[in-house]
This record gives sequence, structure tokens and C-alpha cells, in this order.
Amino acid sequence: MEREERRKERLDRGIKARTEGLYAIASWREITYLLAPRASLIIGLLILPLVLPGLYWQRVLALAGVYALLALSFDFLAHRVGLVCIGGAFMMGIGGYISGGLNYYFGLPIALTIPIATLAGALICTLLWLPCLPLRGVYFAIITFMFPHLATSIIIAGGLLGSTEGLSPIKGFPNIWVGIYLILGLVLLTIFGLRRLCGEDIGVVFAGIKDNDQAVLASGVNITRVKIYALYIATLIGCFAGAFVAHFSGFVGVSLFALDFSVMPIAACIMGGPGTLAGPALGALILAPLSELLRGFGQLRVVLYCVILVVFILFKPEGLLSWVSRRYHQIERWVKV
Amino acid sequence: MEEQKETIIKVRNLSKSFGGVKALNNISFDLPKGEVLGVIGPNGSGKTTLVNTITGFVKPESGEVFFKNIKLTGLPPYKIADLGVARTFQVVRPFLSLRSFKNLIVPLWSPRARRFAGGRGGDRDAVAIDLLEEVGFERDAYVPYKFASALPLGYLKRLELARCLALRPEVIICDEVFSGLSMSEIASMVPLIERLQRRGVTIIMIEHRLRELFSVADKVIVLNFGEKLAEGKPDQVMQDEKVIRAYLGEEINL
Repeated sequence: MEREERRKERLDRGIKARTEGLYAIASWREITYLLAPRASLIIGLLILPLVLPGLYWQRVLALAGVYALLALSFDFLAHRVGLVCIGGAFMMGIGGYISGGLNYYFGLPIALTIPIATLAGALICTLLWLPCLPLRGVYFAIITFMFPHLATSIIIAGGLLGSTEGLSPIKGFPNIWVGIYLILGLVLLTIFGLRRLCGEDIGVVFAGIKDNDQAVLASGVNITRVKIYALYIATLIGCFAGAFVAHFSGFVGVSLFALDFSVMPIAACIMGGPGTLAGPALGALILAPLSELLRGFGQLRVVLYCVILVVFILFKPEGLLSWVSRRYHQIERWVKV
Repeated sequence: MEEQKETIIKVRNLSKSFGGVKALNNISFDLPKGEVLGVIGPNGSGKTTLVNTITGFVKPESGEVFFKNIKLTGLPPYKIADLGVARTFQVVRPFLSLRSFKNLIVPLWSPRARRFAGGRGGDRDAVAIDLLEEVGFERDAYVPYKFASALPLGYLKRLELARCLALRPEVIICDEVFSGLSMSEIASMVPLIERLQRRGVTIIMIEHRLRELFSVADKVIVLNFGEKLAEGKPDQVMQDEKVIRAYLGEEINL
């Protein structure tokens, strides 16, 4: 009986323990198996600006980074804390106007304006949304969605902060590389920071609020206070994105409150994989350049967004990242028996 | 006006109605520290509403609840839990996306649990697993590490109880922890209640399983349509005419 028996075996057979998501790593080969896809995404993102043809696409990438931050902020709040906040444009606007205003009126340098705008902007957003925090689900979403429109109206009707003209010029970054690597670095930092946060005990409490807020109340935890922490963290991300855009484009105007900044993160989130954090960032990095490519179609772009959304919701509700990672773990090899 | 020194829970003239339905009508009782109070009554008699009004999840229309002379009525639920009055939910409310032991991180993170733990609270995961083992999650079978969504009802009821225990409560209000469990599951849970009782925890048990309840209860209150029908020792209560009528209906002479 010299016949050789062979059967198929999954690559991760040795390392995936029975309990979901726990790995038992025993060799460099196994570490590589887990690390390679993650590392290739990160390194790919970091060398992407170097290989892009020309300034135009580099600017598009930076804008995609902005959307990625907003998508991360949305994903964290919606799927890790259970607060559906579609006021991304409001965070953008507040962050942008604070940063731009400090530079335009007081001549502060970028090294000061961006941190101030991030911290103070997040504080303003959190305080303004504080009264709405007892609302749940779609009601909180509606209120937050309304804020950017409110801000636009106040600025235009009141003739404030340059009204429809906006504020310009705002000091830009010394060169495009600083801008691009600042935003891409922040995207990576935010992904890992939020992942870490969600693994901490307070992250578990966030998940508890998402799953069942009554049970969190019965556990002696003030859920409003915990939601405030979460909201402040999420608005920090959004306000940084706004402050970045102000300096990156050298201009601050009501366009910072545009609908796109509220809606596109949701699309990116659904496409990339709700609740995975890295997925929505990936989704934004795909959707934003795609939207630039389709600029020629004008308003038809919106139709395409809708098609993408419907296709993903219907056929891949788990999102791109979860799907790819599932397929990756299903890769098999032939082994001798 | 005699003052009972050891009374831990004092309920005075509690009333609550939902629309036209009187869920609670002028309920009053005292509960001495360390005793087990059973609350029984047919479906819809206001048992769960009583729990909800004591723990702050429902605001009563009138009446007050005191815990060691602190007025609980009007306080938000998390403050009541923070004072040491913990509750379970009749319809279990686990955190389904979390592993079982991570479910307990939430109460262990609460200000009350942190006061007991002292300082930064130490390794909450280890404390959580110990607590789960105490309520009967077999550590050797890795049950504490299972996702709550994968647990059967018996474990979810225990998880509810463990969530209360994590707060080191002085009063535990169990809203039908035995319902939906098999006889053997109930039999394994009764010693747990008795152990808490020996530790000096005051317990209010809402229950339909009378035999198991009467084996642990010091006193029983019978509710029917929001009214307190009877109050007293378990065997006395079951002799009460009104109670028998509420449970079995009236005798009809044809």
C-alpha cells in the first residue's frame, strides 16, 4: 500500500483555538500568517503617497484620509457604543472654523491651532449634543444630522466668520508630504487607539451600553456620563479632521458643513465592515478616490453611491474587510496524512 | 411610631398605574435586614412593577421607598444600585456581544465596585471569573469564556445574579430567577440563594415556584391586581382565604 493519502487543511488550523478570536501562536510562520495581511495594508497605505502620480491624486488621498477619520468616528460611536451620530459635518465645521479662525484672526501657528481646535471643538460638539444623549437610535441621529445645517444658517444669516465668503487665506502646511503623512499617520493611530480603547474596561462598558443600556444602569453605572466620554473621544477625531482640512485647503467656509462629510462615512462604514474600525477606514480610502474618478458624472455620483450601498447591504452585509478576512482564514493547503 | 432599628427596606403607600390599570395600589411593607422576602401573585399582579419602582426604573405616582432611611424614590436607577440595592431582570438582559466574564466588567467598573476594590480596581477579569465560578459557571469547561449569546437560559439567569453580586449589594431583588429553568437547575440554584442569605444579604424574591420560594423565604407578600392581599409567614399565607381565592378562584355552588 504505497498510495499517498492527502487531505485539505486550513492554514490556520494550528493556531486558531476553539474559542472565537483567540490565537495560540507557536512559530514565526504562524506569526507571519497573521501579521502579513495586516502589515501589507499598513505599509501599502504608507507608501501609497510616494507612488501616486502627481499632486492631484495626493490631495485626493489626503481627503480620503479625512473621510477615513470621520468613518472611524462614526463606526466607533455607532457600533462600539451604540450612538448613531451622523453629525460628521458638524465636527468638521467646528474644528475647521476654530483652527482657521485662530490662524486668520490671531495668526497662531499650525502647531497650536490644530491641537486647540481638536480639544476645544470636541468640547463644543459634546456640550451641544449633551442634551440629546438620552435619545436613542434614530432620534439621536436625526438631531445630530440637523446641527451642520443649523450652523450653516447661523453663519450665513448672521454674516459671521466671513459669511458665505469664508475665511482665506489660512496658513497651509509647509509642503504636501507633511499634510499627507500627518493625516495618514492619524488614521493609523486612530484605528489602533480605538481598538485598544475598546479592549480596555471602559470599552467593555461602551459595548454594554450598545447591547443593553438598562442592564448597565442596573449595574450602577451612570450611562450618560459614559456616553459623554465616548462622544468626546469621537468628536476629537472629527474635529481634528476639520482642522486638518482648514489648513490643507487654506480656506474655511460653510462648505465644511457639507452633507458629504455626514453621509459618506456611513457608506464607507457599510462598505468596509460595520464595527471593525479598520474596515470603515478602508472603505473611505476606496470610496473617496472612486468619487473623484466619477466626478465627470456630476450628480449621477450619488446614484452610484446608492448602488454600492444597496449591493453591499444586500449581498455583503458583513462588509469588505470581514469578508476578505474570513476568506483569508479559509485558505487551505494539501497535507499528507 | 415604633422605630425598628434593623429595617433595611421600607415601602410606604406605593401606587402606580399604567393607563387605567392599577399596577400597584397603596403597597406598604417593611423588610428587616438579612431576611428573605418572597413576593408572589398571579400574572399581572404588579410584582415586576414593584421591583421597577423600588429600583428606580419606573417612577411611582405616589408613595415612597426608603433604604436605611435614604429615600430611593426619585433617584435614578444607577444611584440606587450604587447605594447597594441590586436587581435582576425577569427577562434576562445580558450583554450578548461580550464573553460571559466580560459581562461582569460593567458592574465591576461601576463606582460602587471600585470603592470596594480600592484604588484602581486591580485585575477585574480575574474577579469576574471568580464571581462566575461562585454562581456555578464551570471554569474547567471554559464556560466563563463563552460568549453570552451562546449561553442557555439557566446560565443567563445566573449571569444576572452574578451581575448583582459584583456590586456587593446589601439588598438583592431577584425578579423570577427560577422561571424557565428545569427542576435540576433550580435545585442547584437554591443553595446559592441560601448562601447569600447566610452572608447577611437581604433578598426580595419574586417567584412563581412556591415550593422553592417557601424553602428560603422568611416572609411572603401576596399581590393581586396591584393590591397587597396578605403578608406573613409562608405557611400562614397559604392558609389565607383571599390568597386561595386569588390563585384557585371561588367555589361555585350550582
